[in-house]
This record gives sequence, structure tokens and C-alpha cells, in this order.
Amino acid sequence: MKGLLIAVVFLTLSGVATAPAAGAGRYPEPDFESGYVIPTATTPAPNAPSWEYLHLVVLAAVLAVTALLVLKVRYRAGVYILMIVSLAYFGFWRQGCICPVGSQQNVILGISDSSYTVPIFVIGFFFLPLVTAVFFGRVFCGAVCPLGAVQDVVALRPVRIPEWLEHALRMVPYVILSLMVLFVATGAGFIVCRYDPFIAFFRLSGSAFMVTVGAVFLIAGIFVARPYCRFLCPYAVLLSWGSRLSWLHATITPDECVKCRLCENACPFGAIQKPTPERIAEPRERGVKRLALLSLLLPLIVAAGMVAGWYAGTPLSRAHKTVYTAEQVYMEEAGLTDQTTLESEAFAAAGRPAADLYEDAEQVRGRFRRGGALAGAFLGVVFGMKMLSLSIYRQRDDYEINKAWCLSCARCFNYCPREQARRSGPREQDE
Amino acid sequence: MKNDDKKTKARRRFLAGGLGAAALGALAQGSTAGRRADRPVWQLDPYLCSQCGRCATECVLKPSAVKCVHAYAMCGYCELCFGYFLPGARSLDESAENQTCPTGAIRRRFIEEPYFEYVIDEPLCIGCAKCVTGCNTFGNGSLFLQVRHDRCLNCNECAIAAVCPADAFVRVSASRPYIFKGENDSTSGGLS
Repeated sequence: MKGLLIAVVFLTLSGVATAPAAGAGRYPEPDFESGYVIPTATTPAPNAPSWEYLHLVVLAAVLAVTALLVLKVRYRAGVYILMIVSLAYFGFWRQGCICPVGSQQNVILGISDSSYTVPIFVIGFFFLPLVTAVFFGRVFCGAVCPLGAVQDVVALRPVRIPEWLEHALRMVPYVILSLMVLFVATGAGFIVCRYDPFIAFFRLSGSAFMVTVGAVFLIAGIFVARPYCRFLCPYAVLLSWGSRLSWLHATITPDECVKCRLCENACPFGAIQKPTPERIAEPRERGVKRLALLSLLLPLIVAAGMVAGWYAGTPLSRAHKTVYTAEQVYMEEAGLTDQTTLESEAFAAAGRPAADLYEDAEQVRGRFRRGGALAGAFLGVVFGMKMLSLSIYRQRDDYEINKAWCLSCARCFNYCPREQARRSGPREQDE
Repeated sequence: MKNDDKKTKARRRFLAGGLGAAALGALAQGSTAGRRADRPVWQLDPYLCSQCGRCATECVLKPSAVKCVHAYAMCGYCELCFGYFLPGARSLDESAENQTCPTGAIRRRFIEEPYFEYVIDEPLCIGCAKCVTGCNTFGNGSLFLQVRHDRCLNCNECAIAAVCPADAFVRVSASRPYIFKGENDSTSGGLS
């Protein structure tokens, strides 16, 4: 009986309810006689910004100490301890955001979207590791980055990857970097944050998919040392550019290379370059011909990249909310599907004409095509330069660190007999 | 050796130039950042929210940092609250099968005839917006979702914002981190 009554009340009310949009004032504010005071909802404040500046100061301090440990003290155990401290602080305690890898996207968004202003500490997080790399190499990777640290800890049985494969896979970060810029600049979101494989571990919470991906990376990381850093990380591209030019950089030997080959297998990241064998006399003509061919090929590769990027733009644009909503709404209107999605329902509820949405989607597609062409051109340049640099012979007499690839982890120092001599040197003098 | 020296010098000059440009850029950005809002935090605009339910499932926190908030000043204090009771509830009492809230996070308290106060028990709330739908459809719309900043990790990209079908998530200034419905607009957030 009572149920019937409620049902009737609901039915009459639902007729009334469709009229006002937000529903405000549908029922009058009550007049309380019992002296009841209407409470207000609480508004707990976010963390004070001063915390972010503290994190920035810690970042600067850890970078400085790492640089000192790698370049001056040359002490792997110290670097390792510092790495664990960074992992605990930036990873597990701070739980990730914002990190220098992600901050790249904020900087791009600050440039591409005038309504977004990059907070100053985010700029700090972006620039500090880069500036450090320009002076001292990638010390950020060595002991500061929590993403690197969590992989470094599990790198127990690293295998050597064939050189050709290493060179090929090291091209992937450039692709990720281009995609990252493309997605941020077109308003499709921060893909590097979205697909961060390790943040779920730091937060001990995350989607099942990303936890699985993270676990796969960590298991693979036992054998392939730091796979994310080497073959995916987009920030590593910028850092390697900085490190190439670095003012001071870690060296395997403290003074001179005796070519003892002891360090040959020291680096789990393939960043130690062997001395080049005696040069096989190549006819000068052949070298010139190859160079000329490659430099002729370079504009062609860039052009091909642009075309490929332009055509990849349209499918890539489906990752943008406006585009996939528009496609769904179009399918529904054309009667191609009876299934609605949350997006199309929300769009219908907002009451905008579908033509507006189609136009917005077309604009986004255009942005993706133009951005895709630019990204393709960039990748063409990178690929062409890589071919050029591989084809040019450079004389190398000693075992040397590849500055672009070196993560400044200080592992190789111990392998060097000159280093052992340096350490025991003063003690012998005492005796 | 001479060649090396030259190279080093050129490199330093290049570096100095690059660093100078970078620092200038950072300063330019920083000065505008200083004038404008401080740190951005995530918030959802309750007027755009379509109550899709993703706030409950997509947040990196379990349970979600998005919770239902009650703007008491907008509330009608109805006995038959459509945020509280399921349509077709068998009886208007506190038993769980009559409530819209799947976790029983809405508490109701008798004030005086015929008024009831509804309070969100925040630790129980999962941000599913079922009560919000009820309150918006048949009531005053005084129940709505908000990102609670004592819980939110403020991810660089909010996982809910990335999939919010109504594009209700926005970055707001940390000094005005809430967008409240109703009359108490003095506490309301960054959108104007």
C-alpha cells in the first residue's frame, strides 16, 4: 500500500521535475522553529605550495650531491644509497607528481594553451635536471629519478643487447617524445603520465592494466637493465642532448686508459664504447659517395616523415575526447549503432547541436594532421642524423663512455685498475 | 690539442647561450605565473557533471578522492529525499535496500516535523553520484560531487579528467579549490 503511494508521488513529481534545469529552489527552504542552524560543508585545503618548493630544494640538493659523488668522489655505493633515498622520497613518500619527466608536458601545455600558466616550481622541476646534465651529465638518471631507481634496483642479471638492436631501440624515445608533444599540443592529454608504468607501485594503487605493465617492466628489467630509461623515456632524449655537451662528465678511468678491457662488460646499459679497430683503409671516393648519398637522402627521409605524420594524424586523433565522441554521435545519428556511450549520453544531455561537435572534431583532426606532419619531419631529421653519425668513422683509442647513453650510475669505476690504484694509492704512501 | 681547445670554447659559448635563453624563458614564464594564480589543483564543475559514475572507478585512489558534498543551504530537508531513497522504495525508513547509496554513506537525522537533515559520511562515500542523480532529477540539486583536497594526490594529469565524458574537470587555483553549488558562493571555486 505504502509502496503504491510512493510510486504515485514519484510519478507526479517526475512530471514536475523535467521543467527546471538545475532543480534549484524546487522545494522551498524550510523554516525551522527548533533553532536548528543550517551547517556548511567543509572545504579541506590542498597541501600548501610551500611543500612543492621544499621538493624542489631537495631535488637540487640530491642532484648536487650525486654530481659530487659521480665526478669527484667516484663512489658507487654512495650513488646507490642516494638512489634508494630518492626512491623513498620522490617515489614512495611523495607518490610521484609532479616529476621532471611529466613536467615536460606542463611546459608544452604552457606554450600551446594560453589559458594554462606553468607554476614556477614545475618549471624548476623541468629545468634543474637538464641544466645539471649540461654541466655534469645525466646525474638525474643515475640517482635521482625514482622511475630509474626502481628499475636499477631490480637489474640483477643484465644481458648485453646486440649493438644494432640497442641503436634501433634507442630511437623509440624520440617517437614517444614526438607523440607526447603532439598529444599535449592538440589537447588530447598527458600520455606520458597516463602510461607511467611505475607510479602505481609508488602509490600502491592504480588500474590493473598499469600495474600489470609495471610488473612486466620490472621482470624484464632483471635481464634488460632499465628498459624504460633506455628505450622509452622521452625526457631521456632531452637529457642526452644536454649530456652530449656536458662540461664535465663521468669517466671510466680517473686518469688514463690502459686498454685492459676489464670494463668492457661493466656497463649494463651498453654505454661503454670500445676502442675502434685499426682503420681499414677505405677508398676516399667511397666514403665521399656514401656521405653525399646520405645527405641527399636526408631531405627525402624528412619529406617521407612529414607525409607519414600527416596521414597518421587522423587515426591518432581518435585518442582525443572530442573526436571519439563526435564519431560515436555520428554513428548513432546515422543509425549505425544502437549502443550509446557515456560520452554520447553526456553530449546529448548538454543539448548542443551535433553539427557543432562535428566541426570541433574536424578542427582537432586538422591540428593532429599538421602536428603529425611536424612530428614526422622531426623524426625524419633524427633518423637521418642517426644514419649519418653511424656512417662516419670516428677514431677511438680508449674505452670511453657514450655521454648520451651514460646514466652516471658509477658502476664502471670499480672495474678500472687505475681506479683501484687511485684508491689504494694514498694508503700505500702512508705505510 | 689546439683543436680540442677550440671545440671546448665553442661548446661553452653555445652552452652559455642556450642556458641564458632557457633562463630567460623560465623567467618570462615565471613572471606571468607570479601574477596569475598559484598552483593549479583539480576540481569538477558540478554544473557540468553528468553523474556518469566514472569518478568512483577511474581515480587512482581506491576509494576515490571525489566525494559527494551537501550544500545544506540549498536543501529542502524533505522527508522523502530522492537522493536518499531509491525510486520504488518499499518503505521510507533507514533500511539499506531503500537507499540509493550503495555504501550507506548518507546519514539522515530528524530535525523537526517534517524536516530531515542529510549528512554524507565521507569515509564511506565512493563518489558514484547515484544520490546526485536522484537529487538533481527530483530535488533541489543540493547534493553534488567535489574533489576533496585532503585526499586528492593532485596527479599531473587527473585520471578521471582524462575520461570525464562531460569535460567537467578543470584546473582551478589552489587558493580557491572548490566549485560549490548554491548560495554559499563565497567559498566557491575558480570558475566564474
